[in-house]
Amino acid sequence: MSEKLNVPTMAQYLAEGKKPEVLFWVGCAGSFDDRAKKITKAFVKIMNKVGVDFAVLGTEEGCTGDPAKRAGNEFLFQMQAMTNIEVMNAYEIEKVVTTCPHCFNTLKNEYPSLGGNYQVMHHTQFLKSLLNEGKLKVEGGKYKGKRITFHDPCYLGRANDEYEAPRDLLRKLEVELVEMKSCKSKGLCCGAGGAQMFKDAEKGDKEVNIHRTEQAVDVKPDVVAAGCPFCNTMMTDGVKHEGKEDAIEVLDVVEMIANAEDL
Amino acid sequence: MEYLPQLLFIAALAFAVYFFANNVRKLKRNINLGQEVNRNDRKKTRLNKMLRVALGQSKMVTKPIAGTLHVIVYVGFVIINIEVLEIIIDGVLGTHRVFSFLGPVYSFLIGSFEILALLVLITVILFWIRRNAMNIKRFMSRELKGWPKNDANYILYFEVVLMVLFLTMNASDLQLQRIGHEAYVEAGAYPISQFIAPLFEGMSESALIALERGTWWAHILGIFFFLNYLYYSKHLHILLAFPNVYYSNLEEKGKFRNLDSVTNEVKMMLDPNADPFAAPEEGAEEDMPEKFGASDVKDLNWFQLLSAYTCTECGRCTSECPANQTGKLLSPRKIMMDTRDRLEEVGKNIDANKGEFKDDGKQLLDNYIKREELWACTTCNACVEACPVGIDPLSIIMDMRQYLVMEETAAPTELNNAMGNIENNAAPWPYNQQDRLNWVNE
Repeated sequence: MSEKLNVPTMAQYLAEGKKPEVLFWVGCAGSFDDRAKKITKAFVKIMNKVGVDFAVLGTEEGCTGDPAKRAGNEFLFQMQAMTNIEVMNAYEIEKVVTTCPHCFNTLKNEYPSLGGNYQVMHHTQFLKSLLNEGKLKVEGGKYKGKRITFHDPCYLGRANDEYEAPRDLLRKLEVELVEMKSCKSKGLCCGAGGAQMFKDAEKGDKEVNIHRTEQAVDVKPDVVAAGCPFCNTMMTDGVKHEGKEDAIEVLDVVEMIANAEDL
Repeated sequence: MEYLPQLLFIAALAFAVYFFANNVRKLKRNINLGQEVNRNDRKKTRLNKMLRVALGQSKMVTKPIAGTLHVIVYVGFVIINIEVLEIIIDGVLGTHRVFSFLGPVYSFLIGSFEILALLVLITVILFWIRRNAMNIKRFMSRELKGWPKNDANYILYFEVVLMVLFLTMNASDLQLQRIGHEAYVEAGAYPISQFIAPLFEGMSESALIALERGTWWAHILGIFFFLNYLYYSKHLHILLAFPNVYYSNLEEKGKFRNLDSVTNEVKMMLDPNADPFAAPEEGAEEDMPEKFGASDVKDLNWFQLLSAYTCTECGRCTSECPANQTGKLLSPRKIMMDTRDRLEEVGKNIDANKGEFKDDGKQLLDNYIKREELWACTTCNACVEACPVGIDPLSIIMDMRQYLVMEETAAPTELNNAMGNIENNAAPWPYNQQDRLNWVNE
């Protein structure tokens, strides 16, 4: 790593009597999973470079409760939600950005009726708005002309009808964007959602991530672009299973932008 | 005696309407066994969605072949029903082709009905081939074995018979017009049946009248029968697709409902000032639900039950389901079929016990829907997106998972571990919350 990341916490901001423009919600995967941490850092590097006024909750952040809710544990979900809402409301947070579509969906859709009302953005939406405001410049760099296919995260795509933000960013990278057999509103799940990430799959012919990876391999991409730390893990495992790890990279859109900028 | 046909007709009509009204009553009663859910907001948005999705078939055509064929049968069904109106008036009043005074307009109408009838006939035959001879995966699933497969084919046979009767009726009428029978005034245009009429050229006048009357009666009695077959069939969608789309979920698909009953409890638990030994507030007891989540149809909401009757078992949901595609037991279509079968069973139980449900030792969970099916779902919403009539099988899966976890503590072990971690250290993995920011310096 070239330079040190600048990651202020909300507590530090408060101590200085300031409020950041946006809260970066890191999420559990982004905080603890070795692969997902790279996505978190790539996003921070870009925000640092652009000079986004952000902070994180750090040790005050806790699971949004998404896996608990999808597993059927409404109690645990609401416990998590209300604890987080209490913290966020105490900091008077208005705008949240997150690199995890599951956190994104839960914060955006399921927190309001419990008292948590924020403007919530997925990092691809946030980056696109930076792009539109002229704050962020994205150029082809090392991905120019490369074959890229975007895997729609269910909780960004179907769940919240956002299909274009990540694709617009990829187009800015001047890549050759190719679509898999199932894409956008018909996108095929990676197999991790609904708390499946944390349990073994039921008996079947094959794993969902292998099924999805086969669709990706069919379009012969150089990179499978993802927008979710869980999809990333599932697709990375899938590519390894297919023995294609030397030919196909699995990267988050934000990592591609950071790489293209040599950050 | 000359009024006998009219009397017979009125009796048949009354009989059909009576049975149909009875079926509708039962349908409403069963749907209302469900829990309350507010779907009466945003009326304009709902109406627009209904016009677009149900009337306009916008989601049908996402599968271009099946969608286009379906639109043909749908348009045929709706328009040919104008002719049924004339047939009913003729039957009641003892008239013949009562609308024929419309002249050229009448000719245009009859001509259109004939062309549509032929198109429907061809399309229905194509449907039969697709369903029975083309190995299309969504028509081969295990949940379609037996009655569901037969039901689907009966409907197709029925439509063939009705269209053939309609065209034969017109052809014999045309032949009677041609030989100048006084009761058969020249009226209408017969672009299709004009090619059938020559087959009847050698027939006597009385035989022709017998053919015309016979097909006329068979056609309308067939329609009366079909109307009452609906309740027992997957074909109810021709009526229920409209209300189902109207009342369907308008929220983002990712937004799952938060249980209010849980919210109150959690607020109590998190409130440091709450007195755990305080007497419950007035009416608080009634606010507590009997159980969390759903283990039987009565725990589901009325919209989910309406959807169970609306489902026409097309299987678009199942063919998009990642769990189903990878050979798991889960099929969203089966979730809907099971819900309807159980609801029917509960309804019959109520009928048999003078309006009161008697415990039959069965429920939707386990007796119909297996736990293995419920746990295979990735909550990806592909099934919801795929449904052309706004059915949400995922909401039923979620309600049943809530029952399993909150009432039975019966989640798979690994999930219990993950949930234990969330409870203890606010992450699904066993990492300390104090280490959440370590990544910055790694």
